[in-house]
Amino acid sequence: MRVNFTVNGRPQEADDVWEGESLLYVLRERLGLPGSKNACEQGECGSCTVRLDGVPVCSCLVAAGQAEGREVVTVEGLAEFARQRSCGTGACGGHSEGTPDSTSAGASDGTPEGAPLDEAGERAARPQDSHTGEGTELSPVQQAFIDAGAVQCGFCTPGLLVAADEMLERNPNPTDADIREALSGNLCRCTGYEKIMDAVRLAAARQGEVV
Amino acid sequence: MSGPSNSTMSSPSGTPTKITQGAHTRGGVGESTLRPDGTLKVTGEFAYSSDMWHEDMLWGQILRSTVAHAEIVSIDTAEALALPGVYAVMTYDDLPTEVRNYGLEIQDTPVLAHGKVRHHGEPVAIVAADHPETARRAAAKIRVEYRELPVITDEASATAPDAIHVHEGRDDHHAGHVAHPNIVHRQPIIRGDVAKAAEKADVVVRGEYYFGMQDQAFLGPESGLAVPEEDGGVHLYIATQWLHSDLRQIAPVLGLPEDKVRMTLSGVGGAFGGREDLSMQIHACLLALRTGKPVKIVYNRFESFFGHVHRHPARLYYEHGATKDGKLTHVKCRIVLDGGAYASASPAVVGNAASLGVGPYVVDDVEVEAVALYTNNPPCGAMRGFGAVQACFAYEAQMDKVAHRLGLDPVEFRQLNAMEQGTVMPTGQPVDSPAPVAELLRRVKAMPLPPERQWESSEGADVRQLPGGLSNTTHGEGVVRGIGYAVGIKNVGFSEGFDDYSTARVRMEVVGGEPVATVHTAMAEVGQGGVTVHAQIARTELGVAQVTIHPANTEVGSAGSTSASRQTYVTGGAVKNSCELVRERVLEIGRRKFGSYHPAWATAELLLEDGKVVTDGGEVLADLVDVLGDEAVEVEAEWRHRPTEPFDLRTGQGFGHVQYSFAAHRAVVEVDTELGMVKVVELACAQDVGKALNPLSVLGQIQGGTVQGLGIAVMEEIIVDPKTAKVRNPSFTDYLIPTILDTPTIPVDVLELADDHAPYGLRGIGEAPTLSSTPAVLAAIRAATGLELNRTPVRPEHLTGTAPSTD
Repeated sequence: MRVNFTVNGRPQEADDVWEGESLLYVLRERLGLPGSKNACEQGECGSCTVRLDGVPVCSCLVAAGQAEGREVVTVEGLAEFARQRSCGTGACGGHSEGTPDSTSAGASDGTPEGAPLDEAGERAARPQDSHTGEGTELSPVQQAFIDAGAVQCGFCTPGLLVAADEMLERNPNPTDADIREALSGNLCRCTGYEKIMDAVRLAAARQGEVV
Repeated sequence: MSGPSNSTMSSPSGTPTKITQGAHTRGGVGESTLRPDGTLKVTGEFAYSSDMWHEDMLWGQILRSTVAHAEIVSIDTAEALALPGVYAVMTYDDLPTEVRNYGLEIQDTPVLAHGKVRHHGEPVAIVAADHPETARRAAAKIRVEYRELPVITDEASATAPDAIHVHEGRDDHHAGHVAHPNIVHRQPIIRGDVAKAAEKADVVVRGEYYFGMQDQAFLGPESGLAVPEEDGGVHLYIATQWLHSDLRQIAPVLGLPEDKVRMTLSGVGGAFGGREDLSMQIHACLLALRTGKPVKIVYNRFESFFGHVHRHPARLYYEHGATKDGKLTHVKCRIVLDGGAYASASPAVVGNAASLGVGPYVVDDVEVEAVALYTNNPPCGAMRGFGAVQACFAYEAQMDKVAHRLGLDPVEFRQLNAMEQGTVMPTGQPVDSPAPVAELLRRVKAMPLPPERQWESSEGADVRQLPGGLSNTTHGEGVVRGIGYAVGIKNVGFSEGFDDYSTARVRMEVVGGEPVATVHTAMAEVGQGGVTVHAQIARTELGVAQVTIHPANTEVGSAGSTSASRQTYVTGGAVKNSCELVRERVLEIGRRKFGSYHPAWATAELLLEDGKVVTDGGEVLADLVDVLGDEAVEVEAEWRHRPTEPFDLRTGQGFGHVQYSFAAHRAVVEVDTELGMVKVVELACAQDVGKALNPLSVLGQIQGGTVQGLGIAVMEEIIVDPKTAKVRNPSFTDYLIPTILDTPTIPVDVLELADDHAPYGLRGIGEAPTLSSTPAVLAAIRAATGLELNRTPVRPEHLTGTAPSTD
């Protein structure tokens, strides 16, 4: 079957989709967006969390056909999604709170943000040259995860970022208990969660400074 | 999805690239430099092994045994092969060479089952098809007829005189010294005279303990992409802990020389020991070579539970004696580890359990015996802290019992017996670097306690802070607090005489008018932050800002395994060593070019700092850019820590370990004593790290290890049916790992007492926090409930008295 839906603001069309394929599979294997992760494929770990018409879902539990005509945001589009939201609240451009040191890499190569979007739809080999994603514009929660040391192996990170970003959208001043409740569907095996708590607190604090 | 038909001519996407960290991130050794791969990981751009993709690729699928122990009567693949979209089906008979087994130490593991399966989930056949679902359906159409055999599941059934031998005709190097072919390895440790020492004991405490089977539960599933190459070889993009160990096992099975099996490390989604053994590596390569097409294999979570070894479950029998004034007289223990169907790392686990079985205490009279069994249970091998974790759970329970019998405070009793630098281990090895066991206990006890009734808020009880959480099972009724302590000892690095070296290639050159160091190792970055530390070391040693981390592959020499808390020590040591060799060469060039301009070139101690050659007095002699000019300096060198030696097979004596690592925990729990629900409120840790090369990463390791210890204390356990040896809970629905709601705050007190034998004085840190976390939580639950609790994990039924008696 053919599935049409919007991913990170761009219309996408996936052909020859078998009816049993999940949204996660179509994103990863047909649209070249492997950022959403496949840790359990049974709806328990949250690593595949995306926004479906704004609602965080485990994309492994969504049949691809259910996404027909709907809007999906993945980790690849999170920075742009956050930027547009912040523009909508009149705080446009002021969200990039990382200090120069905190961008974790050196010479800016001037990579435009949202580069992966251009490749969606046809899975092209990525450039093989040296890069760190340097110069990539990040959402506050992405930057906070780097700065707080919340990333180790990073496999849980995309799902946690989408979930944490959605929580901060709803609840800009969460208590620790609120953060734990909101992220309880996202497993992490490396960090012991302490640095993830730090990261979300940091993102909330930086967000508070801007607004 | 169309593309060029010649798959070997195009590259897959998701291949790792060089990562350059520079200019703004000047962090050297000791600073909390941020990860060079951080931006890639938060944007979804970082490519893990399961993200590898090739336009022409097929999907591989493994058919696994549905029974634990059986003869294979027949395998019929005809229906599977006939399915449209299927390119290949392979069984044992299709293997290309006579090398058909592999293994870390003992090559006892069949690539595909031959005549017999020995555990539930053993690979029997493999399929390649053009869609993963087609491959799954084809695998399901393979007909395997089994004739079931009795299952061996414990020590009694394994060592019965008439027991079926799990492996017939053993000829491995342990076979000669074990009493039964179903014992993989046995290591006794005998020191002093236990019988005589026991006469001095005022109290003797005996206990029997059980440690459940834990899963590493790394989140990135086993996966990779094998691409056939024009020269008849294969390029494997893989998530592993040790590329060269994989290579050594893969190449002979494929019938290829090692230089025709190229291996590149893909992004690794955690490991924790579970990627020391091969999983889908050989299967993907076999299918790629058979079909001439790239083959991707990605396990789902169900398969992952069968696709890697687990932490050995153990039965532990201890006897501790002590005098009235609180001095240990002797320790006897027997540790029986269930190795399951294949050896994996079992021999090393036995060595650790035996040599560390007494814990971080001074005991002159010791009798220890550790064995690992062959059974038909799932194979067990490496997991964070192996051998030492199981022992620590039991000896720390014993220490609490002895303290209780003597009427002593459990922390003071431990401090009275704590080892220190100079203490002689039961193996006869003196501990020749700091061993601040009493101090770690003091520190962890001195931390402020979380407030009582911490669940109370202005709006009443916050159930999220209570046992049972959002299940809303209590608002504080029946809730009792308990506090427990534990401390542990772990070896660092590969032990018992293993040649535990690492290799680093370091290159220095001018790029874009700036000196740049490139570090190339085969180290598996599995999340621990080795790449961060390598860049820090290069900056410190070479005085550059920009460091490029080359992707890890087999084009450079072995880095050894990312395990045993060893990578910062050993590959970090190799990077430091190669940087020093590069520095010498750079200074030689400098002397040649500029030596005549300044006498200090010949006389002073010279350093590289901030892109310059400087004297130890701080005088600038030259810019590195001018010294190097167009030249590039490159060194590849192996580096070794001091050698160890094997333990004597009868007495266990020997200089077996390179270094020891210590951590202590205090657990605060609240238990709903009516329902048996446990809330861990706080889990404080104090650890000596020697030198924190990256303090932020050190905290991440300590907190992560602590929570894995929490998991096996109260929730995690692979349940194996004792009658069928089949796994009952291979999913994250039924195998529970701690969520952020189950996890408490984890305050950490880091002590830095240098080990003079190690680079920068550092101490391997990854595993020690996983040891003491579990017994501290158990001790706290015992304090809250008054129950003996001699098994872990503790489940509600163990606290409410409703557990079946067999448990």
